[in-house]
Amino acid sequence: METLTYAYDNLDLIAERAIEHVSIVAVAVSIAVVTAVPIGIAITQSKRVADAVLYLASMMITVPSIALFGLMIPLLSPFGHGIGYVPAVIAIILYSQLPIIRNTYAAIADVDPALREAGIGMGMSSSQRLRQVEIPLAIPVIMAGVRTAAVMNIGVTAIAAYIGAGGLGEFISRGISQSDPRQLITGAVAVSLLAIAVDLLLALVQKLLTSKGLSIGAAA
Amino acid sequence: MIRLEHLTKVFGAPGSGVTAVNDVNFEVPAGEICVLLGPSGCGKTTTMKMINRLIEPTGGKVYIDGRDTDMIDPIQLRRSIGYVIQQIGLFPNKTVAENICVVPDLLGWDRKKSRARAAELLEMVAMEPASFMERYPKELSGGQQQRVGVIRALAADPPVMLMDEPFGALDPINREVIQDEFLRMQETLRKTIIFVSHDLDEAVKMADKIAIFRAGRLEQFSTPDRLLANPATPFIETFLGSDRTLKRLRLLRVAEAMLAEVDVVRREDPVEKAGELMRAKGYPAVLMLEPDGRPGGVVSGDVISGGQASARSGTCGDHAEPIRAAVPVEADLHSTVALMFTHDMPIMPCVDEDGQFQGAVTYRSIIKSLSIPETPA
Repeated sequence: METLTYAYDNLDLIAERAIEHVSIVAVAVSIAVVTAVPIGIAITQSKRVADAVLYLASMMITVPSIALFGLMIPLLSPFGHGIGYVPAVIAIILYSQLPIIRNTYAAIADVDPALREAGIGMGMSSSQRLRQVEIPLAIPVIMAGVRTAAVMNIGVTAIAAYIGAGGLGEFISRGISQSDPRQLITGAVAVSLLAIAVDLLLALVQKLLTSKGLSIGAAA
Repeated sequence: MIRLEHLTKVFGAPGSGVTAVNDVNFEVPAGEICVLLGPSGCGKTTTMKMINRLIEPTGGKVYIDGRDTDMIDPIQLRRSIGYVIQQIGLFPNKTVAENICVVPDLLGWDRKKSRARAAELLEMVAMEPASFMERYPKELSGGQQQRVGVIRALAADPPVMLMDEPFGALDPINREVIQDEFLRMQETLRKTIIFVSHDLDEAVKMADKIAIFRAGRLEQFSTPDRLLANPATPFIETFLGSDRTLKRLRLLRVAEAMLAEVDVVRREDPVEKAGELMRAKGYPAVLMLEPDGRPGGVVSGDVISGGQASARSGTCGDHAEPIRAAVPVEADLHSTVALMFTHDMPIMPCVDEDGQFQGAVTYRSIIKSLSIPETPA
């Protein structure tokens, strides 16, 4: 009850921090899409390169986020961004690579060889094939990777409050340091709700981006 | 016109590689269907794919309408050749209209023109454009998908088409229907077509020329009729099967086996005349014509040779049995022989569209028509 009152009294602050939180994740995941999707497509050309890249990306994701933030302080301090928004965004870009690269790679590699052959046989160049056939067919799986990255990194961003990146993690870190369960619970619930909301929103985007011709099959 | 000269493909390192296609030469005249036939792994598909350079030849040349395909950019080349594959390969993310218009769109056709072309092609295969243009491939039946696959290859009106077992995925009934439909379209379109198949019946039905492959070599190249009549090697003879003569019957028309000068009797003729004709001409039975020129009955040999005294007198009309079947002159001999067997008719009257008597076929005249052509292809 106390927590609800606290949350109610601080709605403005919650909204402000939620926006900070989302802006970190949105910027970082958007940049990650721009890097990871082309990488995922490129590595379909060679199994060996694909294995190496996916291994590297998996290693990346095993580094604990607090350790990653710690590592970036000495690396980015010379540029005046040892803590705060920039290292948070960089960390999330790195964490987002694996789910997006892996899903893009799997989806493109999974395109029915008959469709590829039909495309080549009709005189499509490889970029036309990508744009007209392979990417449209891969969209649902690529978007699933983006959703995984976004949801996972909403959690990581909560920890970024410790390096002064702001966001809903502030409630949690203060709740802990001030032994204030109201702030703690408010932060934890808000982060969870945000993750669910973002996932639903991205599911909608996924549906809009997916060709109607593909969803018919799923329903049938 | 498509000409293959010393076409060769070696997969793997030269010297130790596998020769998939070995020095293949043939020429398909414009407007003809050439079926590449053979067991799997014989090199027929590899040969076809070298024509649109999906596979680059190790040696030899392909000429289309006299142009060396090595001199054409492969992407431009493929856009000028219709391509149909067994798995159909319709793009599930594109509508039927978008699928048909893939090549026109790649060639930068005006959208109105390409969509009108799609509608025209759908009509050609009896698919209502208004209800199919905006559907997606997954909303179509297998037969409809295959039709769209074929008309997609025709969209930019290429003079040459490559078809890789295009009807292989269909059930036998649908396959027959689509084959017939395609042959009807080909009568007006007159495309030069390379058609890969492993089905002899399909090859005999579709082909103007059949190229039989074995282990990368072209074993025989000839018309279906000559192939069935004159298999060049024991391998081909085995491949064609022991019933190859029966298969040939499909290719021959009644007109080719018909005795046009056959003698007939009239209802009022004495039955003895029928007996004389059988003895003199060796007919198994004698046909009786009605006054209106239609075949009306048949006086069988049993009546004449039978012991009954009554059989030796009276008119043909008294002794004739009504005929049970007649065949149009343009029918094929396969169905004619089937009718002769079914109705136990040793002599079969042939009629024109109006039912007028034109001649007759007998077992012997059919066998004569099957005699091996004198000049092998």
